[in-house]
Amino acid sequence: MHVPDGFLDAPTSVATGVVAAGGVAVALRGARRELDERTAPLAGLTAAFVFAAQMINFPVAAGTSGHLIGGALTAVLVGPWTAVLCMTVVLLVQAVLFADGGLTALGTNTTLMGLVAVGVGYGTFRLLAAVLPRTRGGVLVAAGVGAFLSVPVAALAFVGLFAVGGVADVPVGTVAAAMVGVHLLIGLGEAVITVAVLGAVLTVRPDLVHGAAYLRRPADLARRPAPVETDSR
Amino acid sequence: MSAPRRARGLLLTGLLVALLVAGVGSWYASSSPDGLERTAQRTGFAATARDSATADSPLADYSVAGLGSDRISGGLAGVIGVTVTLVLAGGLTMLVRRRDRDRDRDPAGSGD
Repeated sequence: MHVPDGFLDAPTSVATGVVAAGGVAVALRGARRELDERTAPLAGLTAAFVFAAQMINFPVAAGTSGHLIGGALTAVLVGPWTAVLCMTVVLLVQAVLFADGGLTALGTNTTLMGLVAVGVGYGTFRLLAAVLPRTRGGVLVAAGVGAFLSVPVAALAFVGLFAVGGVADVPVGTVAAAMVGVHLLIGLGEAVITVAVLGAVLTVRPDLVHGAAYLRRPADLARRPAPVETDSR
Repeated sequence: MSAPRRARGLLLTGLLVALLVAGVGSWYASSSPDGLERTAQRTGFAATARDSATADSPLADYSVAGLGSDRISGGLAGVIGVTVTLVLAGGLTMLVRRRDRDRDRDPAGSGD
């Protein structure tokens, strides 16, 4: 879904740049609460993995492909604010070194894949995790649905930007139908990859998964480096 | 302090997987246009795309300039990308991370 230069006019690109910069600034503060000595290296690795996974375009329909966005996966693994930072680094590397996604569209791409995909993916995950059984299966279903939804919603967000600042004179409804249709299919791939990777990490190190923290029993917590204050409950 | 040994195992395994996905898995990636490109072609706004200012980058379009083989060129570009992303994102998260452990996250682990 990397938007190239030229699709959107300058005011829209500037506006999304401001939104993205604001989001990253807030994320820098929020990520401090999510990151410690144990999780910071994992966050760096998650970003590197997302970069790698985004290189793998899978076919979704005749003559069309898609790839993982990774917003939901990253948010569940390392936390939503950290995910915004990870996605931003991935998009920056892609735009600057690999000419994937325009430079003037970097704010747009960060908004779509860094903010919208992460926000929708993680928000959906938290909503579902609250009502689903507190099990590994519950975590995976919640993450899978979040991952699935994050893709068509990010596609719709692009359509919204196109409606406001698209350079071409194309009916917005036509663009919306095409974008949402194909990204529903890509969302299925997003869900499959997200569940597979998250399931693998949950198998070996459930204690490192941010989104699975609510599954931890006190006995598991006690094995972590002890906090100074005692648990009052 | 230093990461527990099993966390190091996960990190090394994850890095190996990322390098393999980017370095080898990318050979098998579909080269069809992605959802946005396809939409742009079908609905008629593909022509408004302009080349990025970085289009002449030696790594543009995930190939290393001057390397013949598609696979070696694409695989090496992927390995470089994974490495740069790891260094930048890892460096950023290590900078941002909480250092004082006495304000550890609450037991409920909501953390946000």
